[in-house]
Order: sequence, then structure tokens, then C-alpha cells
Amino acid sequence: MLEHLPALQVAIALTVAPVVMMLGRAPRLSWALTTLACWATLAVALLLFVRVADGTVISYEMGGWEPPWGIEYSIDAANAWVLVIIGLISAIVMPFARKSVEQEIRTSRIALFYSAFLLANAGLIGITITSDAFNIFVFFEISALASYALIAMGNDRRAILSSYQYLIMGTVGTTFLLIGIGFLYIMTGTLNLGDLASRLPEVSDTRTIRAAFGFIAVGISLKLALFPLHLWLPNAYTYAPSMVTVFLSATATKVAIYVLLRFVYTVFGFEFSFVDLAMAWLLMPLAVLGILVPSLVAVFQTNVKRLLAYSSVAQVGYMILGISFASALGLMASILHLFNHAITKAALFMALGCLVYRLGGVSLSQLAGAGQRMPWTMGAFVVAGLSLIGVPLTAGFVTKWHLLLAALEAGFWPIAAFLLGTSLLAALYVWKVVEVAYFREPEQPDASIREAPLGLLLPTLLLTASTIVFGVFGSFTVAYARTAAAALIGGAP
Amino acid sequence: MITLPMLVALAGLVLIVASGRFAALRDGLTVATAAAMFAAVLQLLPRVRDGERPRLELFEFFPGLGITFEIEPLGMVFALLASGLWIITALYAIGYMRGAKEKHHTRFHAFFAVALFSATGIAFAGNMFTLFVFYEILTLSTYPLVAHKGSEEAKQGARTYLGLLLGTSVAFMLMAVLVTWWLAGTLDFTPGGIMAGRVDPAHGSILLVLFLYGIGKAALMPFHRWLPAAMVAPTPVSALLHAVAVVKAGVFTVLKVTVYLFGLDYLGELVTSTLMLYVAAFTMLAASLIAIRQDNLKARLAYSTVSQLSYIVIGAMLVNSVAALGGSMHIVMHAFGKITLFFCAGAIYVATKKTEISEMDGLARRMPFTYAAFFIGALCVIGIPPLGGVWSKWHLMMGAFEAGYGVIVVAFMASTLLNIGYLIPPVVRGCLLTPKDGGTNGIREAPLLCVLPLTLTALGCLALFFAAEPLAALLGGMLVVAPVP
Repeated sequence: MLEHLPALQVAIALTVAPVVMMLGRAPRLSWALTTLACWATLAVALLLFVRVADGTVISYEMGGWEPPWGIEYSIDAANAWVLVIIGLISAIVMPFARKSVEQEIRTSRIALFYSAFLLANAGLIGITITSDAFNIFVFFEISALASYALIAMGNDRRAILSSYQYLIMGTVGTTFLLIGIGFLYIMTGTLNLGDLASRLPEVSDTRTIRAAFGFIAVGISLKLALFPLHLWLPNAYTYAPSMVTVFLSATATKVAIYVLLRFVYTVFGFEFSFVDLAMAWLLMPLAVLGILVPSLVAVFQTNVKRLLAYSSVAQVGYMILGISFASALGLMASILHLFNHAITKAALFMALGCLVYRLGGVSLSQLAGAGQRMPWTMGAFVVAGLSLIGVPLTAGFVTKWHLLLAALEAGFWPIAAFLLGTSLLAALYVWKVVEVAYFREPEQPDASIREAPLGLLLPTLLLTASTIVFGVFGSFTVAYARTAAAALIGGAP
Repeated sequence: MITLPMLVALAGLVLIVASGRFAALRDGLTVATAAAMFAAVLQLLPRVRDGERPRLELFEFFPGLGITFEIEPLGMVFALLASGLWIITALYAIGYMRGAKEKHHTRFHAFFAVALFSATGIAFAGNMFTLFVFYEILTLSTYPLVAHKGSEEAKQGARTYLGLLLGTSVAFMLMAVLVTWWLAGTLDFTPGGIMAGRVDPAHGSILLVLFLYGIGKAALMPFHRWLPAAMVAPTPVSALLHAVAVVKAGVFTVLKVTVYLFGLDYLGELVTSTLMLYVAAFTMLAASLIAIRQDNLKARLAYSTVSQLSYIVIGAMLVNSVAALGGSMHIVMHAFGKITLFFCAGAIYVATKKTEISEMDGLARRMPFTYAAFFIGALCVIGIPPLGGVWSKWHLMMGAFEAGYGVIVVAFMASTLLNIGYLIPPVVRGCLLTPKDGGTNGIREAPLLCVLPLTLTALGCLALFFAAEPLAALLGGMLVVAPVP
């Protein structure tokens, strides 16, 4: 049984999804089943995580077909990390989802909604776990199609338009990815990532391979919302149902970043990517702009959900910046931020979900007085907000500290100064919200507004507390991120 | 045992919040927490006086870097000062908040406890990282106190406050901390400093500037505006936090950094120590000149604080032990003087709702205790015997002589004259002039809970004149550099 864990990791969500879809008349049951599936998936992810934490690599042959002919799933410290992020977030978001989804989604569609959620979940897991390039494309499409459906179910009519926007951009991205993978296949005759890695050096000095690298890099950059390819993200996050925003913000872009890392480090190799093609010099300016511009835009937003969406684009910039230092420390900081930002941003969007549940929306004017009416929710928002800024003893600080060290190590002093400056921008946009919630009197005081129900509040508080826990005991995540970085730099999965 | 004072503050926080609905109980608990905290700090005093350095490593954050506490004389004095004056301020705050009819008392007292918790954390920090963490908590926890009234003016002031303090600390101090860690490989506070032999003086010079401007709470110009902006807060906040805990945390950090990170010998090699000396001297005089022009009493006191803080920075930048000792003593002396002055300003506000000096003519006859205390506090800040302030200024002057900076000696003298120029007129107007309009009929002293604290701190100013010797002996311990084994 235990040797089949890699298959189970994807299979649970994938097989439960159609069952859930058939439970259209029993929305509660569909929720319960989805929750169970998510928890089981988390358990599997944790089991895998424990096994690879010391640096071992698990290789699993799908259906017993030997790689490189069959499809191989392989788990090392790097992707086990991402699997845990996906598992953790979906497991925590499900208890939160029950009431939130009942309010935001029409009852007749709830089963469909959860079914799509499971598919999106399975897609993301599949992308992360598989060692087959074509498989990555397929799972990208599974998760993307399911995500379009999830976003379109938002009860704001603009949700449909933003879903369409995402569909166009996402399809362009995955098509580019497919073209790149096709080129690789033409040149090497293989799709297995490890096999690709060993065959590429012979042909790497060709225009086709360089073009393949370009297509893949641009395609994935679209999916991970690298500035200026981020245009789909703010609308999608703003108009999607609350729980979808929580889930996607914490996982979708992270998975894409992981895939980028996998291609850059494992398939093409450090030499080819950073020395021959000088990728760092392409990534760094984009990362710097990607931090600065969306942060500035975020400062001027009046819808808090959109504000945080722009902040997400900026945070992707931080992760890309770490990669662009082309050093073990920088890579480690980026991997660290995958997790730290996932819990931070998920906690923030959950707090917004609580606010939406009670207030009906989260434009700044609606938030006036929320600090007094919903003290726990706003408390969670403040704490998670501090983590987003990167205040000491929060998860965000652990990342920032290492990112700054990486900048100093690589000799980029101005970048270090720039990073400190931009965390002030983060302080500015978080504080804007806090000030309104605590120190502005509501225009029409509504005494009926109470604290969010426990079902919403508890997961929010749990995740918020974890931003403190992983901030205080940062040495655990740091040590693990170091192993994961070593696994990526080390070569074949 | 080291963390006991901080645990007391946290327990107090919980109790204050839990008893929020019962005003009398909550206020009683606030005072009790302050008293318990003072006792908890006091029990550590004998050990530190005997040369012991109690140390506790709470947990490790990254390898080699963690939250660590170590109590040395300067931190001991700062913690005693902050927690001791908190007892008096807690009493005063009860009288003031009721007298001035402020709202949200529970939030107010609760954040006060958090502020004192973090001030103690700063005092006991064993490395620069720990200090930085508590420095930021102090900034964040005092924000709600500054914005307390919730009016547009209060929010504006609080924005300036948070913006400048958070901005300088993140942009400059965090940078300096990080680079120090990167270059020196440690952030532990070590007698004699950690920089010598590890950090190139050229880099050290830049680091010094980053540190001194990064410690925004020391209010060096041009990053001093947050302090006047913070005056929108209720007066107990201005009194304890913006005359004692917060601003003294700033100059305390300056002293810690110069004595324990740079080391006085290494500091003397840096070109920028002279530069920063002149920046501090400029701040001292310029802030005094601005203070003279302020009609709002609290604003005048705020600029006076900006000026007095620079005395302490000068003490550190003169790079000799006499001046450093003078600077450390001034932390205590100025604290007692300035808190008395703020208490008086608050008492006048509670009794009369007046905030402008020009409206306060002839009040002394109605409020004799308040004005007597104001006079004593003013003399202490100016530095006239028989009040404590004279000793710290004496040491600072001696230090300037010893360092051979005649200009600084002259600057100190000029500043003393300016001090007289802005602190004595309010007393004179109150005592000698006749009220302009409407008279002072119906005005009485503020409630007992306001008048008693200010009398106590005024007496404290007197007592410090005689207690300077043991204080200097205790503080002298921080300048002892252990022989290198």
C-alpha cells in the first residue's frame, strides 16, 4: 500500500470528483465527501513528505511501465514541499468553505462547484508530482479548466468576464508550454524529465532547444503571473468566490513557480539556463518591476480583495527575485517564500472571506468599524498583514531575512535596499485597511453585524496562528527549504 | 526569572482585557500590574549590581541568531525607570482618562501594557536582533495609543508617527542589522563591541549612520517629526511613552549600539562619529529654537524632548566614558523632569481644557501644586541644582571637555540658555500675569489622581540630586570591558 502513495496522491481527488458531481441533490454530503478527500490527500502528502525529508527520492512507475517509456512520478524534497502546501491549504479551506460556499453559490451548483474544486486540486497535485513533461501539460489544463469554472461561479457578473480573461491568457500560456515540450520531444525523443536532462546536453547548442526554453519560460511565466504577464490575476482573484481565491492564491502560482524551477534547474540545468542564456539578467529586472509596480498599484486600490491580488503579483516578484540571484541561498529563499506566502496570503483572503460573509463585500467603505464589530476576524487580518509586510516573528520575516542575505551575498546592495523600501509599500497598503477598520466610524451603523461564524473563523485563526508559529520557529522551514534547494540543484528528480 | 517582568506585563494585559467591563476592577488591575512589574524588575537589581549578567536564550530563530536576553546595568536602569514610572502613570492615567472623558479605556490600558512589555524587552535584549524585534513591537503597540481619539487629526498624527518610525527602522536599521550580521557574523551585545577587527572602518562608518538614523525613536533631525505628531495622544501617553519609554528606548538603543556593538574605541576611528556628533548638536539647538516658538504647551515639550534626546546622542558620539556615562544618566534625569512637565500639562488640560500657553495666564494661583511641580520639572530639565538634571549635564560637559570639543561645550551652554527660554515663561505667565478674559473663577486643581503623581515625580527630581552617586556607580559597570582571555 505504502509504495502506491504517489499514485494515491492524485487519484483520491480525481476519483472522488465525479462522485461528488453526482450528489447534486445533497450539497452537504458533497461538501463532506470533498472534505474527506482533501484530508486524505493531505495525509498522503505528509507521509510522502516525511519519507523524502532527508533527501531521498521516491520514484513510482505508473501502471508498472518502466520509465522513460512509462509515466514516472517522482517525489523529492522540492516537490514534496509543494504537495504539502497544496494539501494543507485545501484541507484548511474545506471547513471554511461550507458556510461561505452556501452563501455565495447557488444550491443547485454546489456539488458541481466542489467537483470542479477537486479537479483543480488534482490538477495542481499532478503537475507537481509527475516527472513527465507532457503529463505536466495535461494536468495544467485540468487544473486550469476547473479553475475557470470555479471563478465563473462567483456571484458577481464580472466573474464571468474575468474567468474568460483568465481562459484566454491561461490557454496562451499552456499552448506555449506545449510547443516548448514538443520541441524538446523532437530533439530528444523523450518526455521523461530525468531522461530529458541526460539527453539535452548533446543537442543543447541548437536553435530549437533555445526556442523550446523560450516557449516554456514564457508559457510558465504566464501561469505564475510574472509581471507584465499578470493581467489575468487581479480580476480573477477579485471576483472569484471567497474560498476559490483562498485556494488559488495559495497554490496555483506556487505550483507554476515550482514547474519553472524544475525546468530551469533539472531539465535544462543551471549551466544552460543561467550561464548560456543569462536568464538571471532577464528575470531580475522583471522581478524588480514586478515587485514595485503592483505594490504601487495596490496602494491605490479601494477593493481590499483586489488590493491583496496585486500584492500577490508583487509577492511572485519576490520569489522570482530569489531565483534570479542564481545562488543556493537565493533559491532557498524563494522556496521558503512559496510556503510562507501561501499561509500568509491564504490567511488574509480567509479573513476577507469572513468579512464578505457578514458585510457582503470588502470595499474600503464597507470595512469602516469592522474592527469593533468583528474583532477576531480583523485581528487575524492584522497579524497576517504583519506577516505580509515581513515584521519580525512572522513567517514573512523569515523569508525577507534570507532574501536580503541572498542579495548581499550576490553583491546586489541596491537590491537589498530596494527590498526594504518595498516592504514599506506593503506596510502602506496593509495599514490603509487597518486604519479604516479600526478608526473610521461607519456611515450607517448596522448593529446586526456580528463576528463571523465559528466555521469560518476557526480555520482563519488557525492559519493566522501558523504564520506566527512558522515565524518564531523559522529554523524548521529554513532547514527544509535548504534540503529542497539542494534537491533541485542536485540534478535529476 | 529574567522574563518575569515581561510575563507580568502579559498577564496584566490578559487581566485588563478580561476585566474590561468593570471599570474599577480594570483600573485597579492596571496599577497592580505596574506595581508587580516594578517589583519583578527590582528583584533583579542586586544581582546586576554585583556584576552578574543574567542571561537567557529563549529560542533560536536561525542558527546563531535568536531571541536572547541579557541584563546589563544600562538595561537594568532603563527597565527600572520605565516600570517604576508606569506605576505613577497608571494612577495618573485613571484620573486623566476619567477627568478628560476619553473613550475606549480598556483598549488604552491594554496597549499600555503591551508597550511596557516591549520596552522591557528592549531593555533586556541580549543581541541586536532581539532588540530590533521588540523595538518594532513597541512602535506597533503605541500606534493605537497615538490614534486613540480617532479624529482626523489623531489619525493624521498617528500616520506620521507610524510612517517615520516604521520607515526608518525598516529602511535603515534593519539594513544595518543585516549588514552587521553579514560582516561581523554575530549580533550579540559584547562589552567592547563586535566590530573591531571584523568590519572595515569604511563600512563601519556607513553602518553608524544607518544605525543612528534607523533608530528613529532617538529623533535625530530630519527624522524627528513623529514626536510632535505623537502629541495628539492623550497626555498619559505623551508622559510615559513620549517622554520616557519610547524615546528613551531610542537613545537607549543608540547607547547600546555604540557601547556594545561598535565599542567606544572602534567608534573613535570612524569618520562619521564626528559627523553624527554635529548632527546631534544641530538637532539639540534647532529643536530648542523651534520649541521657543510653540504656543501649544505639549508641542513645546515635545520639541524640548527632541532637543534633550540629542544630549544623549552627543554623549555617545563624544566617544569617551565620561560622556557615555553622562548620556546614560541623562536618560533617567530627563525622564523624571519631562514626565513631571507632561503630567502638569495634562493636569492643566483636565482642569481647564486649555492647551495653549498664551491662555494659561494667572493659573498658578488656582493650581499651586501643579505649577510648583512644573517649576521643579523645568529646573530639572534645565539642569540647575539641587535637581537631578545637573549631574548628567555636568558629566556631558566634562566629557566634551575631555574629548577636546570646545564647540560642543559652547553648544551645551547655549542650549541651557534656550531651555530656560522655553521652560520658564509658562511658569512666569502662570504666576505673575493676570488672566486675560473671564478670569480663573471656578478653576480648581485637577483630580487627586492627577495631582498626586505629578507631585511624586517632582519629588523624584529632587531625590535624584542626592541619588546620583549610586546611579553612576551602577551605570559605570557597563563601560567595563572584560580583558580578552
